[in-house]
Amino acid sequence: MDLSFFLISLLNGLSVGLLLFMLASGLTLIFSMMGVLNFAHASFYMVGAYVAYSITQVIGFWWALLLAPPIVGALGALFERYALRRVHKFGHVPELLITFGLSYIILEVVQLIWGRQAVNFQPPELLRGPLFTIVDLPDALRFAWGEKPAVCAATAGAVCTTFPAFRAFGMGVAVLMLLAVWLLLTKTRIGLVIQAALTHPEAVESLGHNVPRVFMGVFGGGTALAALAGVIGGALRVTEPSMALAVGAVVFAVIVIGGMGSLAGAFVASVGLGVIESFAVGSDHSIADGLAALGLAMTPETFGFAVWSVKLSQVAAILPYLLLVLILIFRPKGLFGTREG
Amino acid sequence: MQISTRLHTISFACAWALAGGAAFGQAGQTVKIAFIDPLSGPFANVGQNQLKSWQFIAEEMNKKNPAGVKFEFVSFDNKGSPQESLTVLKAAMDQGIRYVTQGNGSGAAAAISDAVTKHNERNPGKEVLYLNYAAVDPELTNARCSYWHFRLDADTSMKMEALTSFMKDQPEVKKVYLINQNYAHGQQVSKYFKETIARKRPDVQIVGDDLHPIGQVKDFAPFVAKIKASGADSVVTGNWGQDLTLLVKAANDAGLTANLYTYYAGVSGTPTALAAGVGGKVRVVAYSHNSVPGVVQQLQTDFKKRFNDDWYTGATYNGLMMLSEGMAKAKSTDPVKVAAAMGGLKFKGFQGDVEMRKSDHQLQQGLYISEWRKADAKNPYSVENTGWNFQEVKAIPAYVASTPTSCQMKAP
Repeated sequence: MDLSFFLISLLNGLSVGLLLFMLASGLTLIFSMMGVLNFAHASFYMVGAYVAYSITQVIGFWWALLLAPPIVGALGALFERYALRRVHKFGHVPELLITFGLSYIILEVVQLIWGRQAVNFQPPELLRGPLFTIVDLPDALRFAWGEKPAVCAATAGAVCTTFPAFRAFGMGVAVLMLLAVWLLLTKTRIGLVIQAALTHPEAVESLGHNVPRVFMGVFGGGTALAALAGVIGGALRVTEPSMALAVGAVVFAVIVIGGMGSLAGAFVASVGLGVIESFAVGSDHSIADGLAALGLAMTPETFGFAVWSVKLSQVAAILPYLLLVLILIFRPKGLFGTREG
Repeated sequence: MQISTRLHTISFACAWALAGGAAFGQAGQTVKIAFIDPLSGPFANVGQNQLKSWQFIAEEMNKKNPAGVKFEFVSFDNKGSPQESLTVLKAAMDQGIRYVTQGNGSGAAAAISDAVTKHNERNPGKEVLYLNYAAVDPELTNARCSYWHFRLDADTSMKMEALTSFMKDQPEVKKVYLINQNYAHGQQVSKYFKETIARKRPDVQIVGDDLHPIGQVKDFAPFVAKIKASGADSVVTGNWGQDLTLLVKAANDAGLTANLYTYYAGVSGTPTALAAGVGGKVRVVAYSHNSVPGVVQQLQTDFKKRFNDDWYTGATYNGLMMLSEGMAKAKSTDPVKVAAAMGGLKFKGFQGDVEMRKSDHQLQQGLYISEWRKADAKNPYSVENTGWNFQEVKAIPAYVASTPTSCQMKAP
């Protein structure tokens, strides 16, 4: 494998992984706080993308990036206050069901407001070009800022790959978000109250803190993070009604693999999955190739050849779920989880 | 309750129309056609455009057509799935609709073709006729051919004959990368390209052959990285709709310079992505392009004025023209008589003379290789208001594009 392909696959994987992390962090936060697995989480991601699209049409992308998360966060908080809190006393199953129902309602409402087609949500003009170019010359590997340098066209056998600025921007936003959430949870008074409310809600309440309001804040904050992911993801990929479905399942795989409720686990799992998928797509190896390397030749007549010859790139999309199943079997609490099952 | 009353009214109206037809011939009758295609989901933009295209051509034809009938479209959303297609097909049949059209997705096309054939065997007197305007899996007019299925687009075997007869004369084509959607259509594109290019240019190397899930991939960057690493000078893809739009975007983002050989670069959404920038040349093999002389010029301009959108589905014109000619010849709107009249029918399509081949119901027509270029005085049309359009680089006559069929047609 040549180095420039390796680098670009790694960067692509990291960017996908970080986007996934933005989404998973909110979900895992809400879960660790309230014990609620929020099925509508990816729907808030979609709403974030659509709200940002509408704001972009009126006053531009930067305002959208600033305004969409608090708006969607407020919607999430309202949902917690007037729906989730009411069913809380009936136990976890009704809570699960109400978020499940919400995801369908959001989908229909989004289609009513913005239509069933994809909307044209683009990154801002400033970030549309490439950030840098990986110049792979026959004898050396170099980097250049911005567009492809002249050497690309001038040298025979040069492979120049540009890396889009908006992808890098999305990665930056994700890292900043990780830092901010981590600092908030570990270094501030609010974070202390949240962490205490997580394990000892009665004690925190008797100290005079309004625990239900803390829950509302966490739910709102979690959905705001999902919306932030939506602003980046919507502009980077496609803003369409099926975008929630496309990431919803993977995000659950991420938090199960990482360990339910663990922010660090969510980070490792999402970045890991992003990178694994990126390299799997780029790989044309199959089980048959592996066996051939061991001296066991496979021919189309071999029993089950259709299965042995499936290329890794063809199964890339199911790798997260394969890992999910393996983790559940061998380490049910996840990589960094603290509670069993 | 309301629905069933409405159904009754419709079926009553149809029964009346049919009874009337028997007495006075076909002129003046209204022919209802069920449009079954994705109107939601990742391919909604394509389906919506094509529904408008059919309705637009119907309005044009309703002013004047050889049979003197009125065409009316009833739309059904199949969400791109074969299963959903069958459900809505049943709904259309229950409404008494006798003509069905579908195009997006060879999987859905095969399901509809089979269902229509079975339905017609079991319900004599209620036969339904299926116009396939865009599903190009060759199987549909070969091993799985049906008397009730009529294909207006050129199938993949024809498109690949045409495309390779152009590519064989391009000396820069040395390493080709295939990337396609993992379902009937994409698999056939890959298979037929490999077969025909091996026959015409055995020196061409296939450096990659990827099949990805249809409508699921939202980030093509890893695929583009792979294409770059393979050193391909040309990419051949049958992708359509969002799957091509996102591929083009990712290719541009990563600075891919290989030439793109496509079927559907002119389909909704993709031209806008192309206009944002593309490294290599973009070529299309299709039955039409933006500068085909004749009715196309007027139609695409009128369509643009009305909808601010592009009329790229020429099969909508050929489809209604063929139906109308068939009805005039049969002197009836009964699908059984019309089907018999359309087998072997020669008529004037938007591009000139075409023939619905009797042996497999595959329209025999010339094809074009066109290239994405800036609009000029000779080719003024602006696709998706980009200031660019698809211009002819080679015309392939019908006899070159024609391929044999193994269809054993069973007439009722």
